[in-house]
Amino acid sequence: MKIHEYQGKEILKKYGVAVPNGGVAFSVDEAMNVAENLGVNVWVVKAQIHAGGRGKGGGVKVAKSLDEVRQYASQILGMTLVTHQTGPEGRVVKRLLIEQGISIAKELYVGITLDRTRSQNVVMASTEGGVEIEKVAAETPEKILKDYVNPTIGFREFQARRLAFGLGLSGEAFKNGVKFLSALYRAYEETDASLAEINPLVITTDGQVLALDAKMTFDDNALFRHTDMAAMRDLDEEEPLEVEASKHNLNYIKLDGNVGCMVNGAGLAMGTMDIIKLAGGEPANFLDVGGGANVNTVSNGFKIILSDKNVKAILINIFGGIVRCDRVANGVVEAAKNVHVNVPVVVRLEGTNAKEAREILANSGLNFMVAGSLRDAAEKVTAAIKN
Amino acid sequence: MSILVDKKTRLVVQGITGSEGTFHTQQMIAYGTKVIAGVTPGKGGVMYNGNDQYQFNKPVPVFNTVADAVKNEGATASVIFVPASFAAEAIMEAAEAGIKLIVTITEGIPARDMVKVYEYLRHNGTRMIGPNCPGIITPGQCKIGIMPGFIHRAGRVGLISRSGTLTYEAVWQVTELGMGQSTCIGIGGDPVVGTRFVDALKLFKDDDGTDAVIMIGEIGGTAEEEAAEYVKKNFDRPVIGFIAGRTAPPGRRMGHAGAIISGGKGTAVEKMQAMRDAGIHVVESPALIGETVKRVLGRGAKRKSIRISSKKSKVKSKKRK
Repeated sequence: MKIHEYQGKEILKKYGVAVPNGGVAFSVDEAMNVAENLGVNVWVVKAQIHAGGRGKGGGVKVAKSLDEVRQYASQILGMTLVTHQTGPEGRVVKRLLIEQGISIAKELYVGITLDRTRSQNVVMASTEGGVEIEKVAAETPEKILKDYVNPTIGFREFQARRLAFGLGLSGEAFKNGVKFLSALYRAYEETDASLAEINPLVITTDGQVLALDAKMTFDDNALFRHTDMAAMRDLDEEEPLEVEASKHNLNYIKLDGNVGCMVNGAGLAMGTMDIIKLAGGEPANFLDVGGGANVNTVSNGFKIILSDKNVKAILINIFGGIVRCDRVANGVVEAAKNVHVNVPVVVRLEGTNAKEAREILANSGLNFMVAGSLRDAAEKVTAAIKN
Repeated sequence: MSILVDKKTRLVVQGITGSEGTFHTQQMIAYGTKVIAGVTPGKGGVMYNGNDQYQFNKPVPVFNTVADAVKNEGATASVIFVPASFAAEAIMEAAEAGIKLIVTITEGIPARDMVKVYEYLRHNGTRMIGPNCPGIITPGQCKIGIMPGFIHRAGRVGLISRSGTLTYEAVWQVTELGMGQSTCIGIGGDPVVGTRFVDALKLFKDDDGTDAVIMIGEIGGTAEEEAAEYVKKNFDRPVIGFIAGRTAPPGRRMGHAGAIISGGKGTAVEKMQAMRDAGIHVVESPALIGETVKRVLGRGAKRKSIRISSKKSKVKSKKRK
């Protein structure tokens, strides 16, 4: 689960990670209120959307007076912010973070995530802060320091010291840096985060170490133990169809193509999308209906796929293992009667009772195209689009 | 021949009285797996023979702890059907009781729990398959997991996969073409898994009953690249590979917690290239997995014993003595 920068900073603050003073605002008046209460001379007005590259897109402004805060807040709230991560359609800004301005001496990078090759968490730090860290990793990997966390003993202070020395910190900044890293790791671990990234991490002119930005994402599998954080989910930042699908326990991701697909299992769903593309079509979505493909799941699947107006044909691909294909076929027939399906539907059912299933589909009186192999299915559905 | 599981495997089912546990225990017993015990804390002492919906062929003794199941019934392997929030505990209990092979079917276990479990198992010398996987099967001998038994057929093709239904698809293609499988392992789609492609390949390398291995990967992570590196240097039999998710956009998680392209890394194209560079027969289309295996193994596919002609065949024949 993704959250906003201001929410990330609220969480970090609880764990003793130093962040600039500030607050969230949903309107220009609220923004003014936050700005006035900060008691500073310089403010930063930051758009809150779940995407990076906000500064370049015009979503982050430094204000030198309250008038400027008002001006920037009115400008940014409601704007459609386009960044390299939002896609060309951009995102409408509905929340702002108003923060104190910081006098920056140095910009660094720190990030914590799970290193899958080791099955251990890794704390990464770099002097190359404020830029795209992927670029640093690709071009100058030696500039990224890494310290792995042994799960038995956790992230130790000597590791925090080693990283802080490696970043070239000294004096007050060194002490604050060590404290910052230890607190950040604790926040990452205890909130079941899958990523805690501070870019930039700034050293101020008076030796403070602050998280100028904060990107945190959380392990969806662990949200059951963090109900407070689950409440931070912002549905405005998600594709409405995906939100709707998740209500029906369907795993749906919208894509840009014209062939809708409905599959059981994530791997087979990806494989089906791939074969549609190989046959010359473009998948309109990823949709995993899970193990129990019944009348309800198939009906809901149809509804969601069809609310995407780009869809010109649908491919249903179910490998019946434990689930019997004849039952799935009955579900598909019922669902097609319930939902007005106005595009060609290719159905491929393989596995347990596949033969009976094909007969059910053929005798249903509905206009299904029944496919045998996976390749046959992909070819039939792409041909249907061209007609 | 096979790897990890066979006729001698004595299985304890953790979470046997739950609905998933009950259904799949029935299926495993029907397949011929030696299910010798179940564990549900608080229900020890019961002889369990299923629920109203699913009846077992024969009753299974239930114990309160895995240690009791090992002591009384000599369990050698465990399968976990325990809910995600208790699964890490169940895995560690099995490992502590001396079980050397744990198959974790449970989906949705927090990564933080798995990081700790992984470390513990590594020190304990316990092998785990999964979590979030279909399990492992040696056709005709032992099925531990949730895969449909009937699609398999005993044979000489090994299979390692991150996926569930896509694995069944591949198995089915192999079976339909008249070939069969030595052992199929679903390693699971999570970021932390007990057995990776490389680990499974090492086991197949020492198995005389496996002539070729199918590797089904997915986008995300670098496990396929590591496996390719291993195959290049150490593996002497043909490997047929497919990577699902070439049409997946970066930053979007495709169902499995591990299936996400981040920072431009872990794309299908990169993985396929790494596999090709290692001499793996990369299949572009998931519809062609079976056909490719057949082609690679040549006309000998239906024969019991196959000699693969490759530069490394000398190494292999030495080893087989």
